[in-house]
Amino acid sequence: MTWSATARGAHQPDNTAFTQQRLPAWQPLLSAGIALPLFFCAGLAFIGLGLGLYYSSNGIKELEYDYTGNPGTGNCSVCAQAGQGRAPPPSCSCAWCFALPELFQGPVYLYYELSNFYQNNRRYGVSRDDAQLSGLPSALHHPVNECAPYQLSAAGLPIAPCGAIANSLFNDSFSLWHQRQPGGPYVEVPLDRTGIAWWTDYHVKFRNPPLVNGSLALAFQGTAPPPNWPRPVYDLSSDPNNTGFINQDFVVWMRTAALPTFRKLYARIRQGNYSAGLPRGAYCVNIIYNYPVRAFGGHKRLIFSSISWMGGKNPFLGIAYLVVGSLCILTGFVMLVVYIRYQDQNDEDEDEQ
Amino acid sequence: MFCSEKKLLEVERKVKANDREYNEKFQYADNRIHTSKYNILTFLPINLFEQFQRVANAYFLFLLILQLIPEISSLTWFTTIVPLVLVITMTAVKDATDDCFRHKSDNQVNNRQSEVLIDGKLQNEKWMNVKVGDIIKLENNQFVAADLLLLSSSEPHGLCYIETAELDGETNLKVRHALAVTSELGADISRLAKFDGIVVCEAPNNKLDKFTGVLSWKDSKYPLNNEKIILRGCVLRNTSWCFGMVIFAGPDTKLMQNSGKTKFKRTSIDRLMNTLVLWIFGFLVCLGIILAIGNSIWEKQVGDQFRSFLFWKEGEKNSVFSGFLTFWSYIIILNTVVPISLYVSVEVIRLGHSYFINWDRKMYYSGKATPAEARTTTLNEELGQIEYVFSDKTGTLTQNIMTFKKCSINGRIYGEVQDDLGRKTDITKKKEPVDFSVNSQAERTFQFFDHNLMEAIKLGDPKVHEFLRLLALCHTVMSEENSAGQLIYQVQSPDEGALVTAARNFGFTFKSRTPETITIEELGTLVTYQLLAFLDFNNIRKRMSVIVRNPKGQIKLYSKGADTILFEKLHPSNEDLLTLTSDHLSEFAGEGLRTLAIAYRDLDDKYFKEWHKMLEDANTATDERDERIAGLYEEIERDLMLLGATAVEDKLQEGVIETVTSLSLANIKIWVLTGDKQETAINIGYACNMLTDDMNDVFIIAGNTAAEVREELRKAKENLFGQNRSFSNGHVVFEKKQQLELASVVEETITGDYALVINGHSLAHALESDVKNDLLELACMCKTVVCCRVTPLQKAQVVELVKKYRNAVTLAIGDGANDVSMIKSKRTLTQWGMLHTWSPRGAHIGVGISGQEGLQAVLASDYSFAQFRYLQRLLLVHGRWSYFRMCKFLCYFFYKNFAFTLVHFWFGFFCGFSAQTVYDQWFITLFNIVYTSLPVLAMGIFDQDVNDQNSMDYPQLYQPGQQNLLFNKRKFLICMAHGIYTSLALFFIPYGAFYNAAGEDGQHLADYQSFAVTMATSLVIVVSVQIALDTSYWTVVNHVFIWGSIATYFSILFTMHSNGIFAIFPNQFPFVGNARHSLTQKCIWLVILLTTVASVMPVVAFRFLKVDLFPTLSDQLRQRQKAQKKARPLHSRRPQTRRSSSRRSGYAFAHQEGYGELITSGKNMRAKNLPPTSGLEKTLYNSTSWIENLCKKTTDTVSSFSQDKTVKL
Repeated sequence: MTWSATARGAHQPDNTAFTQQRLPAWQPLLSAGIALPLFFCAGLAFIGLGLGLYYSSNGIKELEYDYTGNPGTGNCSVCAQAGQGRAPPPSCSCAWCFALPELFQGPVYLYYELSNFYQNNRRYGVSRDDAQLSGLPSALHHPVNECAPYQLSAAGLPIAPCGAIANSLFNDSFSLWHQRQPGGPYVEVPLDRTGIAWWTDYHVKFRNPPLVNGSLALAFQGTAPPPNWPRPVYDLSSDPNNTGFINQDFVVWMRTAALPTFRKLYARIRQGNYSAGLPRGAYCVNIIYNYPVRAFGGHKRLIFSSISWMGGKNPFLGIAYLVVGSLCILTGFVMLVVYIRYQDQNDEDEDEQ
Repeated sequence: MFCSEKKLLEVERKVKANDREYNEKFQYADNRIHTSKYNILTFLPINLFEQFQRVANAYFLFLLILQLIPEISSLTWFTTIVPLVLVITMTAVKDATDDCFRHKSDNQVNNRQSEVLIDGKLQNEKWMNVKVGDIIKLENNQFVAADLLLLSSSEPHGLCYIETAELDGETNLKVRHALAVTSELGADISRLAKFDGIVVCEAPNNKLDKFTGVLSWKDSKYPLNNEKIILRGCVLRNTSWCFGMVIFAGPDTKLMQNSGKTKFKRTSIDRLMNTLVLWIFGFLVCLGIILAIGNSIWEKQVGDQFRSFLFWKEGEKNSVFSGFLTFWSYIIILNTVVPISLYVSVEVIRLGHSYFINWDRKMYYSGKATPAEARTTTLNEELGQIEYVFSDKTGTLTQNIMTFKKCSINGRIYGEVQDDLGRKTDITKKKEPVDFSVNSQAERTFQFFDHNLMEAIKLGDPKVHEFLRLLALCHTVMSEENSAGQLIYQVQSPDEGALVTAARNFGFTFKSRTPETITIEELGTLVTYQLLAFLDFNNIRKRMSVIVRNPKGQIKLYSKGADTILFEKLHPSNEDLLTLTSDHLSEFAGEGLRTLAIAYRDLDDKYFKEWHKMLEDANTATDERDERIAGLYEEIERDLMLLGATAVEDKLQEGVIETVTSLSLANIKIWVLTGDKQETAINIGYACNMLTDDMNDVFIIAGNTAAEVREELRKAKENLFGQNRSFSNGHVVFEKKQQLELASVVEETITGDYALVINGHSLAHALESDVKNDLLELACMCKTVVCCRVTPLQKAQVVELVKKYRNAVTLAIGDGANDVSMIKSKRTLTQWGMLHTWSPRGAHIGVGISGQEGLQAVLASDYSFAQFRYLQRLLLVHGRWSYFRMCKFLCYFFYKNFAFTLVHFWFGFFCGFSAQTVYDQWFITLFNIVYTSLPVLAMGIFDQDVNDQNSMDYPQLYQPGQQNLLFNKRKFLICMAHGIYTSLALFFIPYGAFYNAAGEDGQHLADYQSFAVTMATSLVIVVSVQIALDTSYWTVVNHVFIWGSIATYFSILFTMHSNGIFAIFPNQFPFVGNARHSLTQKCIWLVILLTTVASVMPVVAFRFLKVDLFPTLSDQLRQRQKAQKKARPLHSRRPQTRRSSSRRSGYAFAHQEGYGELITSGKNMRAKNLPPTSGLEKTLYNSTSWIENLCKKTTDTVSSFSQDKTVKL
């Protein structure tokens, strides 16, 4: 109202740095003294880093084999042909044999790679129930709606694990055989399949439901396996620490990939004679070919790879660092030139004044 | 107002006095007022309803609804609802507190006490219980509770005086008078209680100066008009009591009808922002369509074959349908380009700036203990873009205080101060003023520094005595004694007040007057002069004279007037003195003083008698009366003996000259719109350096007809272009014809300074549509424009003209009610279906000078402070900073959100256009409101490029704001490009690095969640580095917010990825363990580092080069400021205070003619002041006519809105 206005604010404002906008402040300026050294230093550092990254990435050996089985690409094409259009495809095995002329420096990791596989599709990605996978008994029997249409089986039983991701579990399996001498016997190379999942995934995120009478099978009673699965989840492995929701292959699969071409760790080779790497000789990978990818134009690959201090082989980062570093130096020079010319001009101007 | 519908039907109001039962039939509003909007119950629904009427809120509600549809919900509902609830709660809290204050003030007003006549007795009642038809008693200095019909008062003839400052801001008293029949009721309670008149009148409306109605009482009807009505909000003055009957109460009163809601003002940044938001929506839809098409193609080519892993319900397999759903999904995901927090942040920043204005001690006026006040919190950055300032004169540029400064008596100047060496010096505080303490009648506030005059008086210089005697006799001042026995002068014009007060202090005190006598105290002795004739002032005569007979029997004519006029009337013997005085006048004028020449004439008895007889004849004549009188006046006012001249200072407000100079350096054009006369206005123009003698030309447009005005404008233009052509060596200026677009081009080519002075009459013609453009074109090329004798409506029209055709940001500053129209934006008056004939809108920003002429201007204003000079600080410091900060804020905000959101677009190409988000949903929810809001807010509130001193010292710094350089569509596109670039870096560097990569432990790295965390972390770091770069003024707050934001990000990240929270909500926090795992990988930090450097380095390089190659003034100053903490001004910015010396003397009386008649008739004198003899009879004899006369004059004064004020000295 109008009449009260006179009485308001008849006080002098406080004389504080805050109210008077005089707060002490650091007023950085983009001066040549800062910007130029910054660019040159950053450029040099980046080039250094880039070189390091590039060479360590190049030092990593990779052995890759596409076993999709497209016609005429090796003996897996038989399996691919056999599995064409049949669900579930019949079990079929094929092999990939190769020779190593020299030691494949270890530790060696075995990956499988799928391409054109959209694990990052939203509808695919949301189709899971983390509560169920964390072993909550209530969630086990009541999967979330996001899992639909893999929420309930045809019989109306809740599916465990529910959802499209679990349903599409990668189920090829590999074994590696080594022939030390030509004509010698093939010895199976031990594959360490235990530490392939993230620690947190294996210990926190994925938990089996509480055992019923000491039996995991009973705990899963009243649930149905995903339609594509030949066996129920508690039968994934005979090892009680690697079955059910905490089966490492399953856990690795459930950590969905960001990109449509992705690798997932299958095993490490670090035991026995192979702790230093794969010695030279002939090798064969025996592949149990189950997983159909040709229908959507996907590819399956097997990769042996070692790693360096910065991870697996990836030349991109090294090159990117080199490029950015060089650009920094280049820009630095441009700035330097401009700065010097401007300085001259400025001095002249001041002289004129 | 729920009752308004019903009230629309009221076309006529019927009120019966003292009859509540009768009046209740009509259900008139009672006197309770409600300015509050809500009560406890209605708050939530009404407030929510109001809030969702805002486009932004409605848009987010729409998004929320979209998100609830599972098929398209790409984000969970909480990403939208959390910010929305936050925003709505904040607004609701603000609305609630505002309303609380309104409730409080309502209660305070409603609970005021008034005396109401109930059941034949006067009873105390609260205002809110007063009903229509009640008779209430008012006492002196009380606020009027409702619109009343005046019945009777303590004064004769049922007169009462009111002050209407609250209504129209005018502090002069107005007279209201009761009907003769009702004024007879007096204070007789029993008779008043029996009063049962019925008033039939118009329905409630907002016209303050109009009222029509009829009172029916005792079988006769009496017409009622505005003169019988006292409005709510007025204060009763000089009247010990009065009785009135309530006609309109509460919301129906004219005051409340006038306090309509003001239209919401928007700043140009607001409008730009709205346009940009529309652009962004368009952009959003485009992105959505691209992605939807992509989705359709993908579904057809890839998704269809992917069927064993992906699924669609039967019937949804159609790829086009999938694309349609995807479109909406992407609209949801990408909505963060226009985050809701933008609107809130803008409001918060403006609020902060408003507080800084309120807190600024350099805009606090200790003299009146008034701090500056930002009454609107939404316009601050517009203060940094002002191009035109429209200023009132009186009370704004000037203090409306006239001080007697100097005089020239008989060829000698008094009032100049000389130092010991005899040189002229400026008057400083150190100099001892003349001591008036011996004179008991002296006015304390009057100061005079030249002791010579006092000496001359003591020495008895007859000319000096005559001079002062003249000042004490020849005027229209009325005197009064207050309770303390002090003499109080009621003056019509402050000039006269100054002269009479000066005479009083020098011992010639005007004591009292009757219609026939004037009593003065001459150096302690009372002398009564007989007033024989009063030759009044008018515009043509420009002088006034009195003819008096002194006690010795001598008849003298005393005259004062404009020198040009008076000098022609002098006796030839005055030649020498005339030259001398003339020089003095020039000198006075050069100092910006208002001058008057003073002369007298001795008359012999016989001559006067003859003349007087002729005058009486002329007075009674029917034909050519005025001409005959004028002739007679001419006849007697000749052969005058020159006494000297006076110089009165129309005191400018402090710092006006500096402010004006500084603002014009800032390229702000100042137009003076004043109700004053042309001479006065020009004088002031010179005084405050708006007009100077260095100007090439000052065009004066003073035509009386449309044709004349057009011709004058045309000539002025021709003149201007002609002169300019010669100046600018034949610039091509002939195509400028009436093309306003070209005007600005032409404007650039104009060299030299021009000024335009236009008066109200001409303005009325010039504002007609066909001449308007000429006027505008001319005016805009002039450095200074002075409009004089303008009405409030014209003020608003001028503002509107410039606003509309120049597309410039305008500011109006004023102090009085007559400035309200230009200050205030249009009111909504549609409640009664009535609109003003043409109500132009006011300036973009209205500034009120507080504490001068009532509150109206302040109440209507957006900003208020006590002194004109604070405008400099308001614009150059606060406005500039506000604009600077707001622009920086907007640039950064848009950049940030483009960078944040567009990553989803790139990702779309790699995830089958499936509307998969890149980030964690929680990150999307919190990014804008938690992780990045505070640093940018701190920048928006605290940032400064140069400090306040430099902002004031270099007014040129203001120009980027006027030219809209810091944030415009181009800048927006640059921000957008910057954002897009960053989003590319943010997406493709991790993409390349993650492609088939493995972690240090050999485990695969490129999982969706790690990717999301990497990108989110890079984003937070990149935008934090960017804000760190943008922040040029790192206060503690900035440090805390910037570092704190990063710290907050990491702590929230680790919390949300922790085991504990996953155990509680496994489905809501599926990122468990991610931060731990990803952020311990060297490779990921390398990615983050690379992304940051790649995003920021180009910006750094660009800025460095820009500062080096095209440094702005602000850049230079920053460097200078850095180099030497205490930067000295580049050039001497001391404004020139030297005034030009051309003669601009003029009769500076601001009052209207005709008061002399009132004085000689004694009509405006209280009965008790009159001698008990003939005077009373005379008064009674023509009582009706003189009241009408007086009232007519009062209304004239009101309606002409001239600056005439009755000022109490």
